[in-house]
Amino acid sequence: MASTRQRRGGPWGPWDQWQAWAFLAPVTLYLIVFYAYPLYRNLDLSLHDYTVRSFVQGGARFTGLDNYRAVLGDPTFGLALFHTAVFTVVSIAFQFAIGLALAVFFRQHFRLSTTLRALFLVPWLLPLIVSASTWSWMLNSDSGVVNSVLHWLGVPPINWLTSPAWSLVSVTIANIWIGVPFNLVLLHSGLETIPASIEEAAALDGARPWQKFSYITFPLLRPVAAVTLLLGLIYTLKVFDIIWIMTRGGPAESTTTLATWAYRLGFGNLLPAFSPGATVGNLLIVLALIFGLLYIRAQRTQYQS
Amino acid sequence: MKKRLVWRIISGSTAAIAAVACSAAGCSKDKAGGAESAASYAIWDPYPQFDNSSAWVQLLARCGSDAGVTVKRTSFDTSDLTNKALLAAQQGSSPDVLIVDNPVVSTLADGGVLTTTDDTKIDTSAVQPNLLAAGQIGGKTYGIPIGANTLALYYNKAVLQGAGVDIASVKDWPSLTEALARVVTSRHKGITFAAIASEEGSFQFLPWFWGAGAQLTALDSPQAVSALSLWVDWLKNGYAPSSVINNTQTTSWQEFATGQYAFAENGTWQLGNAKKAGFEYGIIPIPGISGGPAPAPTGGEFVTVPVQKHTERYATSVKLVACLTRMDNSYTTDTTLTYIAPTREVQAKQVATTPELKVWVDAVQAAKGRTSDNLGTRYPKISQPLWTAMQAALSGAKTPQDALSAAQSTAAAAR
Repeated sequence: MASTRQRRGGPWGPWDQWQAWAFLAPVTLYLIVFYAYPLYRNLDLSLHDYTVRSFVQGGARFTGLDNYRAVLGDPTFGLALFHTAVFTVVSIAFQFAIGLALAVFFRQHFRLSTTLRALFLVPWLLPLIVSASTWSWMLNSDSGVVNSVLHWLGVPPINWLTSPAWSLVSVTIANIWIGVPFNLVLLHSGLETIPASIEEAAALDGARPWQKFSYITFPLLRPVAAVTLLLGLIYTLKVFDIIWIMTRGGPAESTTTLATWAYRLGFGNLLPAFSPGATVGNLLIVLALIFGLLYIRAQRTQYQS
Repeated sequence: MKKRLVWRIISGSTAAIAAVACSAAGCSKDKAGGAESAASYAIWDPYPQFDNSSAWVQLLARCGSDAGVTVKRTSFDTSDLTNKALLAAQQGSSPDVLIVDNPVVSTLADGGVLTTTDDTKIDTSAVQPNLLAAGQIGGKTYGIPIGANTLALYYNKAVLQGAGVDIASVKDWPSLTEALARVVTSRHKGITFAAIASEEGSFQFLPWFWGAGAQLTALDSPQAVSALSLWVDWLKNGYAPSSVINNTQTTSWQEFATGQYAFAENGTWQLGNAKKAGFEYGIIPIPGISGGPAPAPTGGEFVTVPVQKHTERYATSVKLVACLTRMDNSYTTDTTLTYIAPTREVQAKQVATTPELKVWVDAVQAAKGRTSDNLGTRYPKISQPLWTAMQAALSGAKTPQDALSAAQSTAAAAR
């Protein structure tokens, strides 16, 4: 069949062109309907002054970048950006460190190691609403298990979720717990790709365990580690459910991140503020996009090396 | 052969995607408003707890057959309903009858989503004016309440007895605080309420706010500060748990249901659960700062008729509304929902059959709509700064005065 077509008009005849487009059509349609159009709508919302009336009946006033100016000038913006940064950096640092430690530990393939490793996946398998609700029960000031353990140890109770000084710490702890399995799985499979013979050779040459890890294992793991960190970063930037369920971004905005702020503006009030909500959402997308591009660049250098 | 297979795959997947896209964007033009299905009327309600065997859904079906149409009922979570209704209106596929939480009525009316009762000739004359006020903006009425609920104080008889508190002595804020102090010294817990950062939190704070004589147009008045200081001092003294900051009315009720608490601020809808709590309880109206019942905010839904392209549909929609709010049906519905009826006639019947509803009927008669006083869509812009201030003061981030001053300047800027 291929030979007949070549005779008709080279490798890319009109039929092949059509066929190529036809193959492309479903995915293009999918991308337009589910990605391009919503993004366009979000941009459109943020560039107009949508009230409830103009949302329903049309004719919202075009306000250019006014919404962006208002959002950037809002005192909540600085707070939300700061909280997002602290939440993301601290979460990633701990998730990665704990995930790496566990991955190295599980690499030794002792008895029950597979079972134990599977158990560590539990936080990942639970629906977020379940884990977040459980955390907020455990951290309840009066009847939570954490405070009763502290009491038993002689430590005065801490208002984990109701004091502005602790609330960000609490949601970060919960998020670290949820993110460990992701880091564990990726780093563990990364470690599995490192041939055991290299480390054996290093051991024979007299490298101590720590030297073996820092000079052999970790450098070889670096590409996987970079990908894990970047994916974690993008994921953590937009974490919303855990915070919303545990504290609703409060008390007194002490856990408001860009994601919870955008939601609160758009949906958390009787009178939805569509335009400012979309504006914050877009800023978050840009932020995630920057890290996304970094990820793609990191991947490219990885392929080249 | 190969070609045909290719085409089959492509056309199949394209059709599938188109179908998904349609269900997302609403290609299958509104069944509710379309003329081709004139005999089917869509009703949306915020009561997902009721399934098809419930008295509520059976009432809907009966009202439909009385009006000679079939009713297609869809229920949403109440927090979801505002945005769903706005989206439907944008797509021109609003339901024929929409039952919606009363503070949302002004928002939807502002969006031009709802018809007025003047347009549709719905008779609202029997409804108590303070309840109807929540659905009135600029002299126009946008619906009719299906029932009302409000807040009061539940108390645990055994806990109060153990602390030697006579409930009759609890008349105003000082005597309530005194009672809390005695309860706490008797190793029980004082009072629980819901001060969560949402409309629910404002709803729970308003009886104290209004009970101090404060107005929603001046959040930083000395009266408002005294109301917030009452709550803050309760937390400081351990009379209320700090968990109130994240409590919804449901979690607050769960705290009360442990039997540890003397008081709980909660609504009419918890009566069913109160009976199951396993201890003796009583109910008093929330006291004002120096005695007398404080005006509590009215809760409960309005039955509204959204704007349709085919205006001839209104006649039947109005029949449905009249049926749902007619005296005998109102009694059944409000009994199912544990609401208080919006008319004095039906209220009298409720008290006659269930005397313990008396305290709630009094509370509903003293209650006040959140969007009343012509606040309308200004209310949400006041409520959000208010709950933000509550959170700031209760968590100790700001003093009540500073928190409320900040709230007032936010609310004033949003006008």
